[in-house]
Amino acid sequence: MAFAALALAMVVAGIQVVTTQNVVRAALYLVIVLAGVAAIYILLAAEFVAIVQVLVYIGAIVVLFLFGIMLTRAPVGRDIGLDNDQRLVGVVVALGLLGLLTWVLADGFGRTKVPAGSILRTAAIGDSILGPYVIPFEVVSVLLLAALVGAVAIARRD
Amino acid sequence: MVLNQFLFLAAALFCIGVYGVLARRNGVLVLMSIELMLNAVNINLVAFGAFRHNVAGQVFALFIIAVAAAEVGVGLAIVLLIYRNRSSIDLDQADLMKG
Repeated sequence: MAFAALALAMVVAGIQVVTTQNVVRAALYLVIVLAGVAAIYILLAAEFVAIVQVLVYIGAIVVLFLFGIMLTRAPVGRDIGLDNDQRLVGVVVALGLLGLLTWVLADGFGRTKVPAGSILRTAAIGDSILGPYVIPFEVVSVLLLAALVGAVAIARRD
Repeated sequence: MVLNQFLFLAAALFCIGVYGVLARRNGVLVLMSIELMLNAVNINLVAFGAFRHNVAGQVFALFIIAVAAAEVGVGLAIVLLIYRNRSSIDLDQADLMKG
């Protein structure tokens, strides 16, 4: 029941993100989708990922998007012409992909259940990141540094 | 909980993101649609992690969140540069490489 309400809210807000004619509203609808994803993580007993989702996505990425919207001086009011003339192609491709994925998933997994009480403790995630996955973890930290330096180098006025 | 309910939700979010990437021409909105697709993949990873009772799903979801943050930083810097050079972030007009 909680899942159905969450999924409905997320899909409606997601469709609004890609169809609304107001850029700032698209960013705020994106917040609803991201918060819904965090709630889905809670449902799956992944509370650490849920907290990171709220901190990184809602706290940082949406703020970055709002900065981008302001710096590119998008009109804050209603704006005609945010869509190009490929909307029909987009709808056909998206619905076709959705149909294909739904068919494959229904065929492959049917009514397989997630085992109840399948709880992975946060301590296990920490052990795993600093144990078997320590090399990807270090690579991600170098990637973040490179992205930071790259963003400054690209966007700098000179 | 049925595993497929999470997979169907992720598929729906992914397809919404695909539509956004194809049909939007504002650069910032295209980046938002890409975020929708990345989140759909993350739902899949966490759902399969719970299904297999394996911590790798959550670990890779965390890695993807970090990579997505880096991607948005660089992507918005590129969009800003396009805006500064052309006074517009209409991606239909950014066609210098079109033959």
